[in-house]
Amino acid sequence: MTVLVLLDHEAGSIKQPSRSAVAAATKLGDVHVLIAGTDAGAAAAAAALPGVSKVITATDKAFDHALAEPLAALLVGLAGDYTHLLAASTAIGKNVMPRVAALLDVQPISDVSAIIDADTFVRPIYAGNALATVKSSDAKKVITVRAASFDPVATTGGSAALEGAAIIALPDIAWFVSAELSRSERPELTAARVVVSGGRGMQNGENFKLLEPLADKLGAAVGASRAAVDAGFVPNDYQVGQTGKIVAPDLYIAIGISGAIQHLAGMKDSKVIVAINKDEDAPIFQVADYGLVADLFTALPELEAELSK
Amino acid sequence: MKILVPIKRVVDYNVKIRVKSDGTGVETAGVKMSMNPFDEIAIEEAVRLKEKGVASEIIAVSMGVAACAETIRTALAMGADRGVLVETDAELQPLAVAKMLQVLVTREQPGLVIMGKQAIDDDMNATGQMLAALLGWSQGTFASKIVLEDGAAFVTREIDGGLETVKLSLPTIITADLRLNEPRYASLPNIMKARKKPIETIKPADLGVDPAPRLTIVSVAEPPKRQAGVKVGSVAELVAKLKLEAKVI
Ligand SMILES: Cc1cc2nc3c(=O)[nH]c(=O)nc-3n(C[C@H](O)[C@H](O)[C@H](O)COP(=O)(O)OP(=O)(O)OC[C@H]3O[C@@H](n4cnc5c(N)ncnc54)[C@H](O)[C@@H]3O)c2cc1C
Ligand SMILES: Nc1ncnc2c1ncn2[C@@H]1O[C@H](COP(=O)(O)O)[C@@H](O)[C@H]1O
Repeated sequence: MTVLVLLDHEAGSIKQPSRSAVAAATKLGDVHVLIAGTDAGAAAAAAALPGVSKVITATDKAFDHALAEPLAALLVGLAGDYTHLLAASTAIGKNVMPRVAALLDVQPISDVSAIIDADTFVRPIYAGNALATVKSSDAKKVITVRAASFDPVATTGGSAALEGAAIIALPDIAWFVSAELSRSERPELTAARVVVSGGRGMQNGENFKLLEPLADKLGAAVGASRAAVDAGFVPNDYQVGQTGKIVAPDLYIAIGISGAIQHLAGMKDSKVIVAINKDEDAPIFQVADYGLVADLFTALPELEAELSK
Repeated sequence: MKILVPIKRVVDYNVKIRVKSDGTGVETAGVKMSMNPFDEIAIEEAVRLKEKGVASEIIAVSMGVAACAETIRTALAMGADRGVLVETDAELQPLAVAKMLQVLVTREQPGLVIMGKQAIDDDMNATGQMLAALLGWSQGTFASKIVLEDGAAFVTREIDGGLETVKLSLPTIITADLRLNEPRYASLPNIMKARKKPIETIKPADLGVDPAPRLTIVSVAEPPKRQAGVKVGSVAELVAKLKLEAKVI
């Protein structure tokens, strides 16, 4: 069995969720990866991933913004050689892989959290409140991988061969216009060892800045609940949950978050959970290893002072 | 321009679901069902486009058991003009739903399909992308803003790093994310009016599609339960525990 993994890459490096997808792929067979776009250095970074035996490159500007329409056409063109096509469940993977699946007349298997065998996979349903084991009868499997469930492969150690993909005709029906990306010096949410998240209890965007000294001290990423995003306190890419990002850091600190099931869906696999909430009955305390019933506006400065000691 | 909006009937998002003891699935009997929240957002967007004079007619389509007609009524009360129910007791997976929608799109010729990005029961996040593929159309997934201009759709998408705007040729498929709009509640007069709006009922076979699932459910289990931990009395105690007991800082 040979597996093809579509990699998310940026500025010459492979995104961590994609390294988790490679880890998942190594459980299935020989692993080839695909680097699409003109990102210099990405192919070399992919070749260095342990467990990868071939890097297929499609060096064309048409792929630079990872639009689903051309990317899916590329993947379908390559699919003949593979039993499984994988990508991480990132915004790119979720956008592209179902399109690939439909073009191949395959039912995609979204957000796989465990691999039982070549046809059988576990995936969370109902916001992670149930785990379904499903067996695919399709000849080819098209899969997105829940990155938080697989330890990523390292960035070095491999030495895969490079091969250019054949040029194919691409659909010209969608065009990139612009992007508004949140720039941050902090680690990415899905890659951070520590995540500090704020909810509606933060009251406004200005107060969210109170989380920054804490995040700085802990080397943490900052996340948020849907309510905080909807209210405009922080951008959409901060959202953790069923329909936001899935994180499983060593330490997750939920501040002013009630703990709705849709939020828990995105963080309940964290190793250690801390909750700070002034309501002692908040559901977040049912999953927290350490709960502090307190007003966050007094607890936060205290916490920062305590960590500086 | 006609807009087609696929809507799914799902277990209400407020319900704490229960896995059946025999591990065959999730208990849905006697459980409150509602329109998938993302599909409410899709309907709302279509209704706003009609109010702006951009859309001429909104068709709400639901596939599943007979009770999906109730979900269609809700869409009609929000402002959709007519409904199509594809009635079946079979388990439907996104590939089958997309194939049936493809036939309906070919029949109805909408200029736009707006749907939810994800059904909150199966959490697949797939059907819109698949329908776009089958039709050979462009796709604007996870939309937080839609502007129709110059014969194209400008869709702002919620992506991992923030927001991205793409220009899409029409017709196109757009899937709604949470920030696209805030759906309205249907008013009583509109609920009354909705009763008179037409719902056409057909079967998968009328669309020439075999809805047989490609994924067999081997088992459905409850995830491991997380034990509630301890409440700490002070920030100092919290930090001490994190350092000495959990050893995470
Ligand atoms: C389709 C759908 C998808 C969704 N997807 C997501 C998702 O991906 N992620 C997500 O997070 N949610 C999601 N939600 C929303 C979810 O249901 C909740 O509404 C949301 O998580 C609540 O956010 P919150 O905890 O910040 O706000 P609230 O529930 O309002 O809780 C605020 C908390 O702050 C506490 N608080 C207030 N002031 C203070 C203070 N001074 N000090 C200490 N504590 C304080 C309160 O006691 C309360 O517990 C989704 C909902 C739907 C319907
Ligand atoms: N049975 C169905 N009937 C109508 N629309 C559906 C159905 N299943 C899925 N959809 C649509 O497809 C979207 C995505 O669903 P999914 O791919 O299952 O997560 C939903 O938000 C609906 O708009």
